[in-house]
Amino acid sequence: MSIAARDFRELRLDAMCRNFGSLNALKGVTLNVRRGEFIALLGPSGCGKSTALNCLAGLLTLSDGSIWLDNTRIDELRPEERGFGMVFQNYALFPHMTVRKNIGFGLAMQNRPKAEIERKVDEALSIVRLKDQGDKLPGQLSGGQQQRVAIARAIVIEPPLVLMDEPLSNLDAKLRLEMRAEIRRIHELIGSATIYVTHDQEEALSLADRIVVMRSGEVRQVGTPEELFARPAHADVAEFMGYRNQIRTRVSGAVSAMTVSIGGVSMPATPVEAMRDGTAIAAIRPSDLQAAADGAISVTVDSAQYHGQEFYCSGRAADGTELYFISKQRMTKGDTAKLSAAPNRVLVYAGGH
Amino acid sequence: MSQQAINAGSRPAMSLRTRLKLHDVDGVTLLVLPAVLFVIALFIYPFIYGFVLSFQPKVGDFLANYRKFFSDPFLYETIGNTFSLAIPATLINVLISIPIALRVRRMHHRRLLTTILVIPITLGTVLIAEGLLIYLGPQGWFNRTLVMFGLEKVRLVHNYTGVMLSLILSGFPFAFLLTLSYVTGIDPSLEQAASTLGAKARARFRLILLPLLAQGLAINICLSFVQTFSVFPSAVLLGAPAGATRVISIAAYQAAYEQYDNSMASAIAMIMGFCQLAVVILILSGRSFFYRGSAGGGKG
Repeated sequence: MSIAARDFRELRLDAMCRNFGSLNALKGVTLNVRRGEFIALLGPSGCGKSTALNCLAGLLTLSDGSIWLDNTRIDELRPEERGFGMVFQNYALFPHMTVRKNIGFGLAMQNRPKAEIERKVDEALSIVRLKDQGDKLPGQLSGGQQQRVAIARAIVIEPPLVLMDEPLSNLDAKLRLEMRAEIRRIHELIGSATIYVTHDQEEALSLADRIVVMRSGEVRQVGTPEELFARPAHADVAEFMGYRNQIRTRVSGAVSAMTVSIGGVSMPATPVEAMRDGTAIAAIRPSDLQAAADGAISVTVDSAQYHGQEFYCSGRAADGTELYFISKQRMTKGDTAKLSAAPNRVLVYAGGH
Repeated sequence: MSQQAINAGSRPAMSLRTRLKLHDVDGVTLLVLPAVLFVIALFIYPFIYGFVLSFQPKVGDFLANYRKFFSDPFLYETIGNTFSLAIPATLINVLISIPIALRVRRMHHRRLLTTILVIPITLGTVLIAEGLLIYLGPQGWFNRTLVMFGLEKVRLVHNYTGVMLSLILSGFPFAFLLTLSYVTGIDPSLEQAASTLGAKARARFRLILLPLLAQGLAINICLSFVQTFSVFPSAVLLGAPAGATRVISIAAYQAAYEQYDNSMASAIAMIMGFCQLAVVILILSGRSFFYRGSAGGGKG
């Protein structure tokens, strides 16, 4: 295999800032990325994740801070001098060039010999499994195929870093799952570092070695998918990781034996952040709030969606708190359900944000 | 009886309206009628009328007008005169419009600029010609300024230069607005992609922008050329109507309104139309060498 990422040890983002007029889109993002790592930048739209990616690619200049590739400062280099591969959200394939020309473009810009370009393009085509499509124009390909061409074009220049900007957001659900596996496979094959921007937590969890959760231009938490999934550091991260129940509540008891009030019922819980006063937010995943015969919280069901294995339900407790939960049995509007949650799955965060 | 016929017979007949709708014909389609009438009355009919008239000369056989045109240097040289104005003016207008449009597309106050540029179009050629005569004439401020600095006066009106300046002034905004609309139609992420792949500004222009613009530039050249080819007011007012800027429309005008020979004037108009058509066909046939699809980078 001759397509392999150029070697480097570490990419370092040092207090990276970017302002648009009076808007601070990035407020000091610091991050270290090792060779071979797959990093997902995760966050809601407008959180600065795409801005961060464009700054890395050189398409946006930094307002402050710096970017280092080992001992070389690269944030003042133009995009064409950085040599990173980038996959755009809309693929940005050159519509007037064949698939082969598109993929070979980066190599042609480096004035590589024709034979070498042909060989590497062949190889890239076989990596993305498009061997027979080389002579077509991008417009003649399906969305998934165009996506593969965009990836091939980015990796064929053997970049130390591959940047991907929500590359799967234009594909249908089935293709998205397929391409997710493809992207991970290609990443492991060429051994580059990949920085992948997404707003889809499932995508980030399944692809990344480490996830960087961003919100309003700041890094909120960095961790492995398991860490983020099991124990988000802040309430907003928890919300993004699928802790759909976020209940304003009062806490009582010591840290070791904390209880929170949910739907008027006192429950043992696990504190994650230090509490300043008695108010807090209790975060529970719907899948951790199960309908059971011995459940303590009694709710009236508002709606139930069938999802194959189980029902995704929402209901209201006696004090009006809306709760999302899972039920193995069929539920219909107006039913009463009894809910319970394990104490270590009720996470408590400092409230009032 | 075949199975197909039985099926057709058992299906309820489609109404005329439904069948027309299948071909995207509905009530709104009738709105095209006034335009068709307009084109027939004001373009096709006069064209055919003039075409026939040009073969009915006052004296001589049916080709006498054309023979006369191509044997008299005072007449046939007008073709060369017109081309030598129209081709450079078109190329200057279209070529200058490209770098300016590329810069302007990233500006914030684009609307203000386009408004300013539309003004010369609305003023019309006569007003521009008058203005140029006053500013650039022997006693205009331009020459006065030159004299003030001890320089020689330059002759900028009543010659080729005067007409060329007016063609650029009135033709550039048109060419620019057209180029701008083509340039803004190119997805900016294509250039960004090219730059992440190592293409410097010059390569991005040559390999990405230019091929995607080629189609639009060809149409722009056609329209600008046709516009400048029919130059008349500025050629008379700012040029040397008996000399270097005796363009073909002047010859047609003189035949019609000085010699009252409508048949000859029609023949000249036909020759003029043929020249324009030839250039347009030449440019548009060259177009097929270029990519002609959308300038987007994919889905989205």
